[in-house]
Amino acid sequence: MKYLDEFRDPQIAKKIITEIMKTATRKWVIMEVCGGQTHSIIRNGIDQLLDGKIELVHGPGCPVCVTPLEVIDRAIEIAGRPEVIFTSFGDMLRVPGSEKDLFTVKSEGGDVRIVYSPLEALKIAKENPDREVVFFAVGFETTAPGNAMAIYQAANEGLKNFYEIVSHVLVPPAIEAILSSPSNRVQGFLAAGHVCTVMGWKEYEPIANKYKVPIIPTGFEPIDILEGILLVVKQLEEGKHEVINQYLRSVKRDGNMQAQKIINEIFEISHRKWRGIGEIPSSGLRIRDTYKDFDAEIKFNVQGIIQMEPEICISGTILQGLKKPNDCPAFGKECTPSQPLGATMVSSEGACSAYFKYQRISFSE
Amino acid sequence: MNNNYSCPLPIMRHKNIQLSHGAGGQLSADLINKIFLPRFTNEILDRMDDQAVVTLPEGRVAFTTDSFVVDPIFFPGGNIGELAIYGTVNDLSMSGAKPLYLSASFIIEEGFPMEDLHNIVLSMESAAKRANVKIITGDTKVVNKGSCDKIFINTSGIGITPSGLDISGNHLRIGDKIILSGTIADHGMAVMTSRNGLSFQSKIKSDTAPLNDLVETILKITSNIHAFRDPTRGGVATTLNEWAKQSKVGIQIYYNTIPVRPDVQGACEILGIDPLYVANEGKLLAAVPENDAQKVLSAMRKHELGLESVIIGEVVSAHPNLVAMKTALGVNRIIDMPVGEQLPRIC
Repeated sequence: MKYLDEFRDPQIAKKIITEIMKTATRKWVIMEVCGGQTHSIIRNGIDQLLDGKIELVHGPGCPVCVTPLEVIDRAIEIAGRPEVIFTSFGDMLRVPGSEKDLFTVKSEGGDVRIVYSPLEALKIAKENPDREVVFFAVGFETTAPGNAMAIYQAANEGLKNFYEIVSHVLVPPAIEAILSSPSNRVQGFLAAGHVCTVMGWKEYEPIANKYKVPIIPTGFEPIDILEGILLVVKQLEEGKHEVINQYLRSVKRDGNMQAQKIINEIFEISHRKWRGIGEIPSSGLRIRDTYKDFDAEIKFNVQGIIQMEPEICISGTILQGLKKPNDCPAFGKECTPSQPLGATMVSSEGACSAYFKYQRISFSE
Repeated sequence: MNNNYSCPLPIMRHKNIQLSHGAGGQLSADLINKIFLPRFTNEILDRMDDQAVVTLPEGRVAFTTDSFVVDPIFFPGGNIGELAIYGTVNDLSMSGAKPLYLSASFIIEEGFPMEDLHNIVLSMESAAKRANVKIITGDTKVVNKGSCDKIFINTSGIGITPSGLDISGNHLRIGDKIILSGTIADHGMAVMTSRNGLSFQSKIKSDTAPLNDLVETILKITSNIHAFRDPTRGGVATTLNEWAKQSKVGIQIYYNTIPVRPDVQGACEILGIDPLYVANEGKLLAAVPENDAQKVLSAMRKHELGLESVIIGEVVSAHPNLVAMKTALGVNRIIDMPVGEQLPRIC
């Protein structure tokens, strides 16, 4: 398949792996920021192939698992109301709040629907003028333009029954939070290709300069990821710290200006809690006051729902690569993939979930 | 909805199913006599007793039941009716049994279009003919609007397993080859992409088909088959996991051997879904002793439902109870049981 096969070619992959192993004179710690990259790394076994030379730390870039507990609880509260049609991307439905998940709300009679786009939720709102339609707007900068566009269109069309519960997070502040931690181990980053498609990569240049780390906007196929790693390793070996774009077929330096314009029209930067990490200043987006009529948290008055993360969970330190999942006392006991406590167990790509699945077996090749 | 069927809708007083169609009176009789009987007719059913009485040939009896609730009820490549026939035929066949008789039970929502019911029954008729089975007993219930989603069908089936044959997911042995009868994920992706809400169109068709003839073809070559299973819900990954646990063995498969149609692969890529976990309705997996594997494979490839058959892996002593796949880059990863339904991912 065009645009896929050439980025999955095992022969090319093996060449790049050989070059990485040859280039690296010592062990380097690299974080892939995006959950999609983690998925590809695990699925293809890239981490195993680089074992010994490159330690890949799975970053916080899974919007599903970093959505804070209290936002899930707010969504669950709203979704359970009889007048509400609650719409969401599929994988949010299984994320546990403090007592239940959205699938449970559905089984209890809540009208919870999986949609593939916020504009589909908008359509449902138009078709059901007597119901209140809420879309769960989560994600990084990647999904922000679509979620902003839905509100923009709702406003333009004078729709009075469409709302979003917004839990948008931004990548650059998260990278800075990791780098400014005194115990940081990460020496280079694969930035999230799709986030950079929207935002461009110029906002990473000051970070690369300030913290002296190479940052490589990278795609999601095995060849993309291996190229990204090679570009990081070359710089680390040469003592350089530049932003170099690996994902040439999608990312431009300035990103997608129109997408950024619609984001800025609807959203403004705000402080955000990250599940497992805590609050990071200026790391999220919220709906601007001008569009507050579309804010589900205001409309349904759920801002009072505050929830602390379970104390026993150490997913924050795992996300930063400081501890391994089996250092956690709850790992495999109170906390499993079907009963997850924290971010890194929630997502199937999370470090804890991956450990839980893969530690049971060591292969003899 | 689907007008490709040759028989016109019999003249009925009602264009939609009424509660009275399930109440046992004149309207019920009307429905049975005009819609069901003419299509399912055979000497056993036509006696119109409350039960079917049959004499079975020699051998052990295989018995299975399955309920069909697919949404949408008409999907590219098939509909709920033929799925209900083939699903039960295939479950029987996977023991090596020759399927003979089916029951068909309908739960219909009040207001369901008569024409849709007729089309479903017509395709059940042709499916039963294709699979060479008879529908010998049945039931119809109509429930209030909202009490079920359009139409649910249950079919049960009996078949005869030749004596001496003992095919089971418990019988995998180290060294067995795992053979897959063709491309995976066609049915699941056909259904998913035809549901409302997807913003892209596809020409993906369900693979729904009766596997009894393919099984018969294989058993003519050798009766030395350790296991058959049709990887329906949960896909190939789930079947292999079930086998590994039942037989307490490891299963090793190879990434580049598993056939996936390009359009199916594309839809899976867009939705972030792994085809290994997606349902099939016309494919089988076989665990065959190494010595017989090649001749079974060649026989399958000559059958219209097995043209793309391929050996996808083998049973190994390493990692008992687990399924591992060699990735394109030559690394092993665990293919786990899915937690629940596969969900399209945000990223």
